[in-house]
Amino acid sequence: MIRIPALTAAAAVLCLSALPGLANEMERVPPVTHPATQKECGECHMAFQPGLLPAQSWNRIMDGLADHFGDNASLPADAVADIRAYLTANAGRGDGTLLRITEQRWFVHEHRKRHLGNRAKSFADCQACHQDAARGLYEDD
Amino acid sequence: MKRLSSACAAAALLLTAGAALPARADAARDAILTAYAAEAQREDSGFTGFDAARGRALYMGPHTGGKAETPACATCHTPDPTRSGQHQKTGRSIDPMAVSANPARFTNATDVEKRFSRDCPAVLGRACTAREKGDFITYLTGKP
Repeated sequence: MIRIPALTAAAAVLCLSALPGLANEMERVPPVTHPATQKECGECHMAFQPGLLPAQSWNRIMDGLADHFGDNASLPADAVADIRAYLTANAGRGDGTLLRITEQRWFVHEHRKRHLGNRAKSFADCQACHQDAARGLYEDD
Repeated sequence: MKRLSSACAAAALLLTAGAALPARADAARDAILTAYAAEAQREDSGFTGFDAARGRALYMGPHTGGKAETPACATCHTPDPTRSGQHQKTGRSIDPMAVSANPARFTNATDVEKRFSRDCPAVLGRACTAREKGDFITYLTGKP
């Protein structure tokens, strides 16, 4: 009888269970816990979780609120600093040269077979399809 | 007995708070309107007061000069301000503009100014005057 060392077996189980987690690491992100971010960002779109963009992207977004993807989203300087600090301290990974979450490679990959149809006006409306998106839960597709 | 009395105290507190909240909101809205009236007076010495009908016309539009996608306040806030609106681009739900449906409207001066400073250029292509702001709030405060 061939005996599989317990450690190897445990490692194999761990790898197997870790794999889906790695593939879908953006399906569960920590929710927004900063009231100013919730209020100001959440006024025009869902307050996206800081983990959905890298710090460089957040910095560039907070630098350009006067022309925020075509809309004026200006805020007083103290509010900008406050929100910037929260977003960058809790930022995720990704391409810092891309400003839109919807342009990040993982996002494009996850949504490559999805069509908005009549469900949502844009991919920025996460909750149109992901009911618990505001709580950072995106598994329900 | 002690529990009963504290429960009564809590109930009394709730009652007074419930009665005080709309009153405080109304006072805050009145203060915002008073400030806009003073500013409107400075802008135009002939200013005689705000007008709900002018506010309604401003709300309904359509206007030119702003963004093509947003020719009126009603574009996003819908022609019935007692209903929830929807952000033109993102689809985000917007709470009703009419005070009758949303008593928290126009109770925070900073927020009110922020919205006018963003939305007037998007709809009209320019800033709103103090008179326009007051007309707008007057219309939406009186709308049943």
